[in-house]
Amino acid sequence: MAEDNLFELKVITPERVFFEGQVSMVEFNTTEGELGILKGHIPLTVIVDPGILTITTVEGPRNAALHAGFAEILPDKVTILAELVEWPSEIDEKRAEAAKERAEERLAKKGPDIDVDRATVALKKAICRLNVLQ
Amino acid sequence: MASTRDIKRRKASVTSTGQITKAMKLVSTVKLQKAKSRAEEAKPYFSNLYQTITSMLARSDQDVKEKYRSGNPEGKTAVIVITSNRGLAGGYNQNVIKLVTEAKLDPKNTWIYALGRKGAEGLAKKGFEIKKDLSDVINAPLYSDAMAISKELMASYEAGEIKEIKVAFTIFRNTVSHIPTMLRLLPTDEFVDDGDVDLLMNFEPSPDEALARIMPKYVTGEIFGAIMESVASENGARMQAMDNATNNAEEMVSKLELAYNRARQGAITQELTEIIAGANAIN
Repeated sequence: MAEDNLFELKVITPERVFFEGQVSMVEFNTTEGELGILKGHIPLTVIVDPGILTITTVEGPRNAALHAGFAEILPDKVTILAELVEWPSEIDEKRAEAAKERAEERLAKKGPDIDVDRATVALKKAICRLNVLQ
Repeated sequence: MASTRDIKRRKASVTSTGQITKAMKLVSTVKLQKAKSRAEEAKPYFSNLYQTITSMLARSDQDVKEKYRSGNPEGKTAVIVITSNRGLAGGYNQNVIKLVTEAKLDPKNTWIYALGRKGAEGLAKKGFEIKKDLSDVINAPLYSDAMAISKELMASYEAGEIKEIKVAFTIFRNTVSHIPTMLRLLPTDEFVDDGDVDLLMNFEPSPDEALARIMPKYVTGEIFGAIMESVASENGARMQAMDNATNNAEEMVSKLELAYNRARQGAITQELTEIIAGANAIN
């Protein structure tokens, strides 16, 4: 892969710097749909939707679970300010599985005391985690 | 001169106070290390958050900029005051309280969101209205706590109840230097353009919608950062205060030691003089 196809990517959370380095491509989910970014993208600000974050470096692609945040895209630099992002090794499969079931159960009941938004977010998170593991 | 027994008792009491302050210093040293590394890990997010918002707004249309710069004309000033729940931290709490009282805020037109019991008590005494006391958060601050505060504040801001959101906290420069600071989160200050602003920023979805979702994240992030800095500062301040107290106690003990020896010697001399005088009288 040619050197001049690389651009700078930063993925930062309130707890740590998750990823920082030169990449050739980054893909993630936005509220408007899936987005893949190569070098020289037009300036764009997007809101992150839970999904798989794929970072392609010289060594190849790596996946992570990206849950929330926003991204600023400039032609030579992409900054993802994530509220929560995890490498597959940090995900507990059993817990994600349980969380998914719980959220589905709650959504199925649809009682007045059920916070639908919260359950939807929880379900999205759990599905996203499980997808990354597969 | 005080009797030897009094001095001895005094010395024992100062020694045990010194032991307590020494133990407290050790505890806050350990806590400081934890808080310091958390604050340092959190720093990149907050500086990048601010930078990103800056560059995003610098590249945006005029009307998008205006919305977050003009604010509401009427309403209260909301101040998030971050102090500690416990005292014995030197001037740490007082400095933050002073910052708020000297900021020319009208107590009747200010809502205090207190994070830290000391700040809540201090400001209530000065006539400020404590809108909400969230002191428990300081014991174990989480990002979700900051999110809850920001959600509430943003709702009041959108509803026009408050005209500005400020946060009073202490920046952790290093272990010995902590700077009390008042920061205005909304409306944002004039953004400094960082050079290359010819490229016009695009937003997906629309600018209004995107910023409506990003601004709460910005406020949350800044609040969380302020909490992290303050917790590190609190432990740094307490460590210093306890170090001073331990040194003072040691100094006092050595002075009392001297006084005790002098008093003991005085008593011996006096006893000897009495015995000799008595013996002379018999002869």
